Order: sequence, then structure tokens, then C-alpha cells
Amino acid sequence: MAISAVSDTTLREAPPPRRQRLLEDERWLAFVLLVPTIVLLGMFIAYPFMRGILLSVTSSRVGIPGDFVGLANFYKIFNDGIFRTAVYNTFLYTGVTTVFKLALGLWLAMLLNRNFRGKAFMRAFILLPFIIPTVLSTFAWKWMFDPTFSVLNWLLYHFGLITGRINWLGDPDLAMISIIIVNIWRGVPFFAISLLAGLQTISPELNEAAAIDGAKPWQRFWHITWPLLLPVTMVVMLFSVIQTFADFQIVYVMTGGGPANATHLFATYAYQIGVGTGLLSEGAAISLAMFPVLFLIVVLQLLYIRRVEVR
Amino acid sequence: MGQVVLKGINKFFDSVHAVKDVNLQIRDKEFMVFVGPSGCGKTTTLRMIAGLEAISSGDISIDGNVVNELAPMDRDIAMVFQNYALYPHMTVYDNMAFGLKMRKFEKPEIDKRVLEAAEILGIGELLQRRPRQLSGGQRQRVALGRAIVRHPRVFLFDEPLSNLDAKLRVQMRVELKKLHLRLGTTAIYVTHDQVEAMTLGDRVVVMKDGVVQQVGEPLELYNQPANKFVAGFIGSPAMNFAAVTVTEANGSLIAENSGLRIRLPDETAQRLRGHIGRELMLGVRPEDLTVAGSADLGHPCFDAVIEVVEQLGSEILLDMKVGESIMVASVEPTARVRVGDKLRVAMRPSRLHVFDAQTEAAI
Repeated sequence: MAISAVSDTTLREAPPPRRQRLLEDERWLAFVLLVPTIVLLGMFIAYPFMRGILLSVTSSRVGIPGDFVGLANFYKIFNDGIFRTAVYNTFLYTGVTTVFKLALGLWLAMLLNRNFRGKAFMRAFILLPFIIPTVLSTFAWKWMFDPTFSVLNWLLYHFGLITGRINWLGDPDLAMISIIIVNIWRGVPFFAISLLAGLQTISPELNEAAAIDGAKPWQRFWHITWPLLLPVTMVVMLFSVIQTFADFQIVYVMTGGGPANATHLFATYAYQIGVGTGLLSEGAAISLAMFPVLFLIVVLQLLYIRRVEVR
Repeated sequence: MGQVVLKGINKFFDSVHAVKDVNLQIRDKEFMVFVGPSGCGKTTTLRMIAGLEAISSGDISIDGNVVNELAPMDRDIAMVFQNYALYPHMTVYDNMAFGLKMRKFEKPEIDKRVLEAAEILGIGELLQRRPRQLSGGQRQRVALGRAIVRHPRVFLFDEPLSNLDAKLRVQMRVELKKLHLRLGTTAIYVTHDQVEAMTLGDRVVVMKDGVVQQVGEPLELYNQPANKFVAGFIGSPAMNFAAVTVTEANGSLIAENSGLRIRLPDETAQRLRGHIGRELMLGVRPEDLTVAGSADLGHPCFDAVIEVVEQLGSEILLDMKVGESIMVASVEPTARVRVGDKLRVAMRPSRLHVFDAQTEAAI
């Protein structure tokens, strides 16, 4: 009992000041150490969140505090056709991009996990889409999808695949596909690098043992690599789904929600209503509408991760 | 059957020549041990036999069929890895059954084999556990079980005991030996521990810098080492070496350096006739040195000063200064010796080893 021995001697020499005794108590110390975090989270997350909830049940607009209206704003948006499109778009956008980001990211991670010349360089290079500010890279994509100056159209035309221009961002379906492509492009590096880190924690001996045990390459992937990578995969998916679900920048820059409100997501539509038209309370209601969905996704995935990690 | 033949095997890692022209015949049912210091190429050789490492040149055949191009799974081998390489997300049962499942065995047969192996290894109660819930020794057994259930032609062991504590290692060593006697499957075993090599191997391959130094039964390596490296590597405490010059005086050969001058026994002298005037390396094992008494009359003797006395209970190790060099003698536990004592030390003449100073080959 070295610790008690030390405090015994200090006691005998001189009783420590009260403040110091308080810090010796781990419950107090824990609280003191947590205070900065609590303050930060409270100020920048909890408070705005509560304000958002309060805002959503009023009729406030820019310059008008408004009155309490109960769930009227929610009632209104659920009967709003554009809101429904935005909900559908958000799910489609999140679902499709996540599947592609996972598949491409995993494929890339497996390639990068091999030994080849310039490995370190390639690994850094692959991160570029992730590092470049999204707005900047999205502007570049906007040019590539521009009806007149589109380099994609130019390529397709010169390969003889099309005869006329494709109006990428002018057609509702093509516009949706376009923003999905950009999101995948931007999100793959995060998946690739995270999964690569996960792959590197798997001992190569396991794959060798499986090879000797008679497992063919795809069996080794399915029975060894995939299950061992699953916890990392779920964490990466969790982050990605949350980010994609609440995505704003790509749509805002590429289409602004158009054409004819066909590509709105939760975030862009909330912005348009709340800030663009000044209906603050309605915008808040739209933002809050995605909360239950995100909450459910997070809870499910965290439960799953815990289950996987226990085994 | 399980006969493994290595013919002119070479391995290059880029410009590093890791394994140099290895030729070996491993007989059916034999327990063959590869031993050598780190980086001697023993593990690489094993991995080439397993098919985990490509061969740069040469042929490996199992039961007469060249397997150079065969994938590991098609070589009918099983391997036990140094870190066990158990699948962490599978139960002990599934770990052992995995290879059989991959080979599409029927469920009852898998069950039978896994339970049989678990019985042999005494891990019957652990079958539903996961590797992380097992101790080191238990993991080791599961790794062995995974190899056994397959009934392969050859077992490959890559330093399987090196992660166990000393006591468990000795225990598992004995069990491995019993297991081999029971199953009778050819085994190739890599270790850097010469005691493991001596106790387990039917024959032992000593390697150094990618070159096979000597192949032989354990006592053969011990009694007739082919060169100075083998002599120094096999045996604990290690053999004593002394650089000497050989001269002729009164018809007999004398080996001497600054600290000792001994008359070489006749049978050794016979072999050294052609080396008079040259520098040689004399080798003698600690247990072949004794405190000279009346029984040692006529044996080669020299003077020494005791520097350290190591009491081991069953014997005493004496670190002695002989001229400029240090020699170790293992003497009877009853010997009364103290640090600083001057001794007359006798060597058993028949156990004297002589090596060429340049090539280090035994003479």
C-alpha cells in the first residue's frame, strides 16, 4: 500500500489544505477534469440543439419572434411535396453512396494493403479527394457536369457514345446521379484509408493459416478478412452515414437543390426554407425531422459494434 | 507417407541470398528439426516447403511429386505457427474444423475428427471458447489440434513453443514428442533453441547464414560436429575454444598458446600430422574438463584460475582464466573450489575437437 503510506507521512508532517484534499478524492477530480468538455459540448451542441427544438414549435421568422404553435410546423412539412422528395432523396443518396463507398473503399484498401513500389506515395495520394476542401472540388465537378463545357460530354461525344449534349444537372434523375457520383468520389478515400488501417491489424499469418487450411482467396476474404474487419467497417459506416445523411455542401454547390427542387436533401431544404425564405421555425422543423432517423441508425450500429467486439 | 526432398533450394529476397543451395531428404515418419540462430534461413526454408514463400530455384517434392507450383492447400501439409494464428472470431471447435469444412468433409466426419483431436490434446472442455479466452498453453494445443484433424502427410512447426514460459515449454516439448510417436506423421520443426532440437529431433539440420552446416542425429552433432559453428551452437554451456599452434617435440605433437601447453593424445595427433606449425582451433566441452586428480595421469592438463563459481546443484560451472582466454568447466557438485583458486585442469583426451582456424571445418 504505497499510496496510503505516502499520505500517512504527509498527514503526520502537516495536514494538507482543504483544496488539495478535495482533489485527492477521485470523484471530485473526475468532475473537475470533465468540466471543460461539459462546457464545450453544452455551449456548442446541447444549447443549439435545444434552441432548435424550441424554434421548431414556434412561428418565428427572421425579425419576428413568433408564438408557440405546437407541432404545426411539423404538420405542415409532412404535407409538403418537396419535403417528401427531400426525405426520399436523402435516403436514396445515403443508401446508394454508402454501398458504393464501402465496395470501392474496401477494394482500394485491399489493393493498397499489398506490397508494391511507391506504396507510401499511393496511400497519401489516394487521400486527395478527402483533403481538398469540398466546396472547391465540387466546383470542379460542377464544371465537368456543365451542359456546355462538360468534359464528360466531350469525352463521350468523341468516343462516339453520344450524339448530343447531356444536360447533367438539368435533368432531375441525372442531377441526382451526378451528386451521388461526387459524393462517392469524395467519400471513398475515407473508407479506403480507414479500412486499410483495419486490414493492417489482421495478422498475415491468419491468411496463411487459412491458405494452408484449404481456403481459396475469396473464402479467405469471406471467412477471415471480412469478419475481422467488420468492427472497423461498422465504425466507418457509422461516420459515413451520419455525414452523408446530413450532407449539404455538394448539393448546395452542384444544384442548389434544383432542378425544380428535385435534388434537395434534408439539410439543403432546411437551409432554403429557414435561411433562404426566412421561415426559421419551419427550417428548424425540417432539420429536426432527420434527428430520429439518425438517432436510430446510430443506436443500431453501436449495438451491432458492441456485439461484434464482444466475441 | 510423407517424404520430403529438397533439391538445390535457393531463395533470394531482392539481393539478399537467404537460403543457399539446400539439399535435404526428410524421411517418412521422421521428426526433422531445423535449428540455427535468427536469420539463418530456417523459417524461410519451412515456408518454402509450406508453399507460403516462392522458391527462387530448386525443387521441393513430397512423396516424389514436385510441389514447386502447388498452392499450400494442395500440398497436404499442416502448419503450426509461432503466434498460433488462431482465427480470433471462431470458437476452438470452428478453428479446428475450418480446414475440414474448406475441404468439404461431411459434418459427422468433422465432428469425429475434432473430438478425437480434442481428446488427444486434452482440450475437450474448451471447444466452445474463443481463442482470447484461452491461456498460451491452451492456444498452443488448439493450434496443434487444427493441424492434427487434417491428417496431413507432413506437419510443419514454426517455433511453436517460443511464446510459452519456460516450464510450459518443457512440458509441451514432451507432449509433442509423444504426439509424434503416436501419430507417426512426418514433422519438420523449426527452432532456435538447441535443447529443443536435441530432444525432439530424430535428425537435426543446423543452419547458418542460409547454408546447411550439418545434418545428423542429435548425438552425432554433439559428438562429431562438422565445424566450429555446430560445435559451439550445440551443447550448453557452449564448447570452449582455444586458438593454438601445433609443434612437434620428441615425436609427439604439442598444442600451445600463451596460456596452455598440452601434449596432444596420439589419436588426435594422427590426424594433425599435416598441420604442424599451423594455427588451429582446439575445442573441448565443459563436461570434458575435470579438476586434475590421480586418475588423470597422462591426460592433457593445463593451469587455470577460477574467476566465477556457478552452483547449479547438479553440477558446478567454473569460469576459469586460462592465459588470455576464458574457459568453462562443468565439475562435480562435491568439488571444493573458490574464486581465485589456482587449479590444474585435465581434459578427456578422446573428447578433444580440432578445427581449421581458417575454414573452421573439423579436422
